[in-house]
Amino acid sequence: MEKILDVKNLEINFHTQSGTVHAVRGVDFYLNKGETLAIVGESGSGKSVTAQAIMKLLPTPPAEIVKGQIILDGEDIVPMTDKQMQNVRGNKVSMIFQDPMTSLNPTMKIGFQIAELIMKNQKVTKQEARVNTIKLLKMVGIPNPAERYGQYPHQFSGGMRQRVMIAIALAAKPKLLIADEPTTALDVTIQAQILELMKNLKQTLETSIIFITHDLGVVANMADRVAVMYAGQIIETGTVDEIFYDPRHPYTWGLLSSMPSLDYRGAELHAIPGSPPDLTMPPKGDGFAPRSSYAMQIDLEEEPPVFQVSETHFVKSWLLHPNAPKVDPPKAVLLRKRTLPGTFEKPVLVGGEI
Amino acid sequence: MPEKLLEVKHLKKYFNQGKPDMVKAIDDVTFDIYQGETLGLVGESGCGKSTTGRTIIRLYEATDGQVLYRGQDIHKIKSKKALKELNKKIQMIFQDPYASLNPRMKVADIIAEGIDIHGIAKSNKERMDRVYELLETVGLNREHANRFPHEFSGGQRQRIGIARALAVNPEFIIADEPISALDVSIQAQVVNLLKRLQKEHGLTYLFIAHDLSMVKYISDRIGVMYFGKLVELAPSDELYKNPMHPYTRSLLSSIPLPDPDAERNRKRIRYDPKSHQYMEEDQLKMREVRPGHFVYCSEKEFNQYQQNIE
Amino acid sequence: MATHTPDQGKFVFVSHNLEQAEKIEKKSIGFWGEAWYRFRQNKLAIFGIVLLLIIIGFAIFAPMFSQYNYAKNDLMNTNQPPSSQHWFGTDDLGRDVFVRNWIGARISITIGVVAALIDIVIGVIWGGIAGLKGGKTDEILMRIADILYGIPNLLVVILLMVVFSSDKGSDLLTMIIAMSITGWINMARIVRGQVIQLKNQEFVLASRTLGAGFNRILFKHLIPNTMGPILVTLTLTIPTAIFTEAFLSFLGLGLTPPLASWGTMANEGLPAMEYYPWRLFPPAIFICITMFAFNVIGDGLRDALDPRTRK
Repeated sequence: MEKILDVKNLEINFHTQSGTVHAVRGVDFYLNKGETLAIVGESGSGKSVTAQAIMKLLPTPPAEIVKGQIILDGEDIVPMTDKQMQNVRGNKVSMIFQDPMTSLNPTMKIGFQIAELIMKNQKVTKQEARVNTIKLLKMVGIPNPAERYGQYPHQFSGGMRQRVMIAIALAAKPKLLIADEPTTALDVTIQAQILELMKNLKQTLETSIIFITHDLGVVANMADRVAVMYAGQIIETGTVDEIFYDPRHPYTWGLLSSMPSLDYRGAELHAIPGSPPDLTMPPKGDGFAPRSSYAMQIDLEEEPPVFQVSETHFVKSWLLHPNAPKVDPPKAVLLRKRTLPGTFEKPVLVGGEI
Repeated sequence: MPEKLLEVKHLKKYFNQGKPDMVKAIDDVTFDIYQGETLGLVGESGCGKSTTGRTIIRLYEATDGQVLYRGQDIHKIKSKKALKELNKKIQMIFQDPYASLNPRMKVADIIAEGIDIHGIAKSNKERMDRVYELLETVGLNREHANRFPHEFSGGQRQRIGIARALAVNPEFIIADEPISALDVSIQAQVVNLLKRLQKEHGLTYLFIAHDLSMVKYISDRIGVMYFGKLVELAPSDELYKNPMHPYTRSLLSSIPLPDPDAERNRKRIRYDPKSHQYMEEDQLKMREVRPGHFVYCSEKEFNQYQQNIE
Repeated sequence: MATHTPDQGKFVFVSHNLEQAEKIEKKSIGFWGEAWYRFRQNKLAIFGIVLLLIIIGFAIFAPMFSQYNYAKNDLMNTNQPPSSQHWFGTDDLGRDVFVRNWIGARISITIGVVAALIDIVIGVIWGGIAGLKGGKTDEILMRIADILYGIPNLLVVILLMVVFSSDKGSDLLTMIIAMSITGWINMARIVRGQVIQLKNQEFVLASRTLGAGFNRILFKHLIPNTMGPILVTLTLTIPTAIFTEAFLSFLGLGLTPPLASWGTMANEGLPAMEYYPWRLFPPAIFICITMFAFNVIGDGLRDALDPRTRK
């Protein structure tokens, strides 16, 4: 498997008037070519900051990449200058956001916005760019693309705009597409269409995708692998089956048992109490401990190491330590639990690498 | 048989009536809400569910139709005194935790606004006691009373909004997408709080949302809206097990489940309004296909649905 | 990374304190505290405040500690250039220019501030009612404002002055009223715009569902949330008022002597500019400095209070 992205030990701080926010506190993950990795987390988990860091879109100041490497297609982009990044963005990696309106110029016709990008990136004539644009619009499922070429963003519905944004992002055929909550603001039926579109495009264009979301249904639908983020760290990562059918971290358990699904037959939703921690004063031990019903004394004192549960499954929790008591996850998680092939007999300590 | 608390009869709300850009936000909607139940109202953007909630509480004036609260037509009330009484009985919780609290007001004043308007507290001490009581009821600390909204997280702000609504001891609460803007793990907190409050205070809820899974969890019955019309109304489990209207079936089939195996096998059903092939003479109305299960359809479709059950 | 094996005793469960989970660690700062913090960072704005404080300081104390009286004539010492006795020299009636300059400061700034305050009050109430009531009320109120706005400002002011003044000049009150006549319209428009934007926000809707009446909504919810633009406009209206007063004085419609504002001083100093420049420059320069100070303070306020860049 070839790695298209390798993030090592990433730490990012934000300098604000209320102090320094340690938004990303040592994050490691990778993406193989052709894979979809879902990054799951809530506000304040650091998922969006991480995504924007991969595009180097964070304004520095107030943001600061304190340490770490982001190796994209073989090159570390952390030390790159903005000029160097201009060649990377759009060509190697591109991003789509939750709100398409912020990426579209409301005073320019849609077709022109895309064609302009193509002309810049591929040095083709205006005519060729127009033809390619119409092809792109067709590819993302916009009906009457030739007509729509001459329309303005406000004439498109939310779902259509999202399609346009996907078209723009894929115009230069990047190897990596980062999608930051692209369907969160969309209706369910439109969301389903956009997800289907993304899956199709991934196949035709062989793009790898990082999909950021907090919707576990979308994760189950789209992802090959999942990374769960909390308080600026990745606390569990594994294949999509491992995360849903054999999760090991109390936060993942909390997420899975606090979401009702249509077939949910449980009596009460297990809400995770409290709120995520304030990252201007990063927690000393396990960031999730204050809200976890499985917290141990050591969680309050020392940051947990990383344990490996299978070739692809890593967990950052003291609960996997041989000295830790055996615990059962909540009922909602147990109902779906199965032992997957490839699971080690005992978790193996691997330290800081996840 | 619990009594009917709210009766919505042929409610219509049209915006820009008579102009070319007229919008029929609510187009002849009828349903009842019984004392003590939670009625869920779902649909996608533009279906009119939020407008319905706001028209019921009279933030908007109805274009036509009636909203009866305990038999009294809300939109016909003229006296300020009577309106104030109604304000105490029906309350609302809003969607946006950032826009639903006045950023310049202290939390204590926000929560106590209803108390202040209706003169419920006789002294400052009584007022503050009630505020502290409400804060604790919603799971916040007393010391939060002196802080400002921007110091709180989304979930905490929603709880402040709930405390504000509870301050006047309402009977009926309309929750307009109260959890849509919240993080996943926080949604469960707020929903559990609402359920607990319902039990403790005997509240009746109209729960408006677009997340069908959450609505199904909290509601006794669910109404599905599509472009200003109510297309299906049934008990929650029944709606999920036997959806009949093609839009409902399309909606249910589009929802991704947090289960990879299920997702690999899920087949989405698309909805095409033209598939009904309605004729001019078709009479479209809500018909009871099964006990308590209503579907908006023509006579022909009604017969079809009944046959499908057998 | 753990390279040691922690003590077995550490692997015991702890119960979590839920109240702790809801605790807010940061101190409560409040809206104005944060705004002040941001304002402090703007060096130019702070410079403006320092300038203003210096000028106000002089305006208050300089005449008090001076041996000279602003109105006293000294016909033996007319048109003296600046010296150790008269730091800014004397004018054509032998009066000390330095003292007159600071009396002028008092009057010009007072006129500017009071006129601006009157504008604010009228403008806020006018715009607030128009914005909140909407419909016909809004139309009528704003049409009136538009018509008034269309009448040349200066014409109205001059007419007023002519009607209410004697040929020696006008008194302070007349000046102030004249200044405020059309300045409120701008404020009204700004407040109306803000109110229209805010009145559909959920916190206002919530207030309505709780039974709040018109007054409560306007004065407790809408106007406090408009304080930002109101304050900024106030700060930027003052220099306009100061300048307008100076201009009117220039036209000879200024205050009755021996009252001096910077404007009247400039007016008197202009014809003698070639020979006795010290009579013109102090008021002229200080008008500029004061206007500059208010402008940068206003800009600084605008940046500090902009809700969009706040968290």
